Parts: sequence; structure tokens; C-alpha cells
Amino acid sequence: MTLLQVEGLGISFGGLRAVNDVGFSASAGEIVSVIGPNGAGKTTLFNMISGVYLPDRGRVMLDGQDVTRFEPHLLARMGMTRTFQNLQIFQDMTVLENVIVGFHLAERGHLLADLLALPGTKRRSAEVREKAMALLTRVRLDKAAEQVAGNLSYGALKRLEIVRALAMSPRVLLLDEPAAGCNAVETEEIDAFIAELAATGIGILLVEHDMKMVMRISNHIVVLDHGEKIAEGKPDEVSRNPEVISAYLGTVDAEQDEQDEEDEKEATHAVG
Amino acid sequence: MDALMQFLLSGMTVGAVYALVALGFTIIYNASDVVNFAQGEFVMLGGMITVFAHAAGLPLPLAALIAIVLTALVGVALNKLAIEPARGAPVVSLIIITIGASIVIRGAAQLIFDKQLHRFPSFSGDEPIRLLGAAILPQSLWVVGGAFFIFIGLWVFFTKTLTGKAVLATANNRLAAQLVGINTGWVMTLSFSLSAAIGALAGVLVTPITLVAYDVGVGLALKGFAAAMLGGMGNPKGALVGGILLGLLEAMTAGYLSSQYKDAVAFIVILAVLFAMPQGIFGAKRTERV
Repeated sequence: MTLLQVEGLGISFGGLRAVNDVGFSASAGEIVSVIGPNGAGKTTLFNMISGVYLPDRGRVMLDGQDVTRFEPHLLARMGMTRTFQNLQIFQDMTVLENVIVGFHLAERGHLLADLLALPGTKRRSAEVREKAMALLTRVRLDKAAEQVAGNLSYGALKRLEIVRALAMSPRVLLLDEPAAGCNAVETEEIDAFIAELAATGIGILLVEHDMKMVMRISNHIVVLDHGEKIAEGKPDEVSRNPEVISAYLGTVDAEQDEQDEEDEKEATHAVG
Repeated sequence: MDALMQFLLSGMTVGAVYALVALGFTIIYNASDVVNFAQGEFVMLGGMITVFAHAAGLPLPLAALIAIVLTALVGVALNKLAIEPARGAPVVSLIIITIGASIVIRGAAQLIFDKQLHRFPSFSGDEPIRLLGAAILPQSLWVVGGAFFIFIGLWVFFTKTLTGKAVLATANNRLAAQLVGINTGWVMTLSFSLSAAIGALAGVLVTPITLVAYDVGVGLALKGFAAAMLGGMGNPKGALVGGILLGLLEAMTAGYLSSQYKDAVAFIVILAVLFAMPQGIFGAKRTERV
């Protein structure tokens, strides 16, 4: 069953077509990876799907409903959320509080009951605390629960961001370079964790530079280069595709390509 | 001794008003990083609308309620018409927009109302209460009580309710708040209306003592800003303490030095805070993670 469907998505910044006519789909429990050289438009594509950028062209369908141009908070309520390559953490809150915020949609209570701190409110808070701790334990952050998030290492914050997203019980989860900046052991852990999540039926969309990881855990791979989809398919198909190999390793006119990439990087940087 | 007591009491009264203005600053600053210089106009609107609604024959409590609601709507309009369309602009631009908005509101008030000084009767009469050798107006008690009531109300709202926590989350990281499903646009609207309503309430409480005219907002905004800076921008506790401290400083200066220098105190405070401790009394040291 198709959970997320992306059709002909495109956006231009000034005259530059950062992403052009990209489409693919993801089902429940499937891990779909988006790969491509630096500046290929992977993060821009993610930003459009998750409502951070408004696409110029194309559609995003979530469970058959058109959610193009929906704001991130609405998408979160509909079961789609994401993590960021450069982290979006509540730095001044504790680690536990960060996860508890993720539960807030489920924690809806009456304003009056909250104000009076009625037993129902207290019970709900205690339950949420417990669930948040359970999530933290899964990524070995339970010992750091009471620390201010800003003090944690980059790798730990990456894991924290993922469990905060999980607190919302999403149906579709977009992970932007979850293993970036993590060491080999941490990468392997995240790797196993993502596979575990997919096994519970969450559709996962992944941008990752670690090719070994991508090839190991993906069900389906979409390859972008210069904002266009140049290939898609199963990991072993994609890794043998000559176009993909040339995008990564360069061809005879590689120097020109590199120049283009630089331009694109600058352009996406300017708007990001 | 009697004189000191008198200065303390009048300082508390003025300080409570500054604290209310500073609380207004704090709420909007927390939600959007914007220092809203139209905050003083909310106080003015609260006073002016009450005056004219009361003059039109409405009972005072009803007139005050109408003033607070209307001012809250002005706050929402300010956000929708001036701040939201400029979303993504640098914070400094947004601050300049609020200065522009304050000029517009002041001009409109001058046209719609008039240029006269106004007041309405005190809530509990004008018979001074004797207290430890000093005299205090019953209305002063209303002002001080009102400030504490609002402060406690805000504290409960921000620490005990999910909505209040959503505002804090938005203040901490807007994008992250959106990702967990918080409607940050709504949080902004809420913050502006709350802030405007608190400003208006301050206007309603203080008008019987200080009178109101279309142009009282500028001074109040600057004093409230000084108070917020002194206490630590963005911290409600800082707003309360900063406001009262500034009020006391002013009263002492007026009493022991010269009332001519009273208004200079706020500006000396701003400078001193910026030089000596830019984060204020309760402000957290900010470090940017790279």
C-alpha cells in the first residue's frame, strides 16, 4: 500500500532549478533512500515534502490525500515528521523534555483541568514521562535524560531528534542524514534502529551519505543529480547503473560538473 | 523615614505599571524574538477606550472589559497585518515595523479620540490609606495587585498548561515546534493578543492615577523596555523585578535628587545594563552552538 507518493515535484531559486520533476513512492514499512552527490537537491526535496519549502510544481500525497504546501505542523498532525541534517532540538530544555514535547499531540487535555492540576492531568503526565523514558532507553540516552539538551554531543542529539519524532507515532518519517557525524559504532546502531522502525510499519525516507549503510538497509533507492532523478530501483540495481556511477565518480567532462555542483551548493545555501 | 516609606510606595505603584509593560514585551519577545515597541500604545488604548466607553454611559467594569478586548484585537491585527507578512525578515526590520505601527496607532488615537488628558474615577474612591506614616491611594493597591495577579496567572499558564508550554517551545525553536505539530502561527496570534490585553489592563488600572492621553505610550514603552532589559529580556520574573526596581529607582531619584531627573533614570539604567550585564538580572547567558 502506497503511503507517501511524490509526483513531479520541482522548485526553482531565481533561475536555478534546484529540483526538477522528481517523483517516487514509499509504502508502509519500506525504507526509501534518496542519494546523490553534494548539491544534488536531496535536502531541498526533503524540505518540499515536509512543508518547509513551498514547491513550484508537483504534488505530495500522504495516504491518498493531497498534502502539497501543507505547513509542517499540519503534516505532523497527519503523521509525517522529519529530522534535520543540522539538528532542530530544543536546546534549552532537558533531553527528557524534548521527547515529552514530541508527545504533546497525544497529551491533549482540558485547559481548566491542566490549570487545576486535576488527577487526570497528573496521571497523563506520568504516563508520558514513562513513555518518553522508554524511547530514550532505546537509544541509550536514558542516563542523560535530565541533562540540558544543548550539552549533548552531536551524535547523541541526532538520536534524540529521531526519538522526539517517534514520540509522535508517525506513519512517515523523513530522516536527513541521521548518521552524519557519528562514528562507525553509532552508525551501525542507528542503522539497526531504523530497520527496527521500518519493521513496525513506519514508512521511512532517508537521505544519507554513508553508502554502505544505504545499500544495507534500503528497500528502494532514488538517485538525484543536479536536481533530476537519474535512476531508481533496488540497491543492487542502482549500484550497477552506469549513470549513477558516472554521477558519483565523474566522467570525462567531470570538471564542468564539479563547477555546476559548486554553483548549486551556493544557491541552496543562500536560500537555506 | 516617613518620606522613604512614601517614596517606596509610590515607586512600587509606578514600578508595577512598568512591570506590566515589561511582561508584555516578554511575551512577544519569547514567541518571536521581536521587541514590540508598540507595547506602550496598548497601555494608552486600554486607558483611552475605557475613558470614552465610560463617557458614553457604560458602567466602568464593562468599559474596561471592552477596552481590553478591543486592544487585544488591535494586537492580533498588528501581528496579522504588519509582522506576519514580513515573516522571515531580520528581527531588526521587525522591530522597526513595530515602531512604525506605534506611530500609526498613536496617530489613529489622536484622530479617533482627541488630544486632551483624560481620567475616569478610581475603582475604590480617592481617600488615601495611611500606612506606616505614608499615604497610599486605593488605586495604587489595585495597580500593584493587578501586576502580581497577572504575573502569577502567566506563570501558571506557561508552566502548567499545554498551550503555555507550546508558546515556550516555539520560543525555544520555532522549526522544531512545528515539527512536533505546534501551530506556531497561532502561537504568535495568541502572544500578541495576550500581550496587548495585559498592556490594556495596565492602562485601565493606572489611568485614574496618571491620566491618559493619546501620546502616553512612547514613554511607557521606553520605561517598560528599560525594565525588561534590567530584569533580563524574555524572563517574566525579570520583567516583574526589573519593573519594580526601575519604579523604585525613579521614585528615589525624584525624592532625593530632583524630579527633573526622574525620567533620565530609565535611560541610565538601559546604558548601565548594556555596559555591565547585557543579559540582565535573570537573563540566561546565550551561547550559539555551531
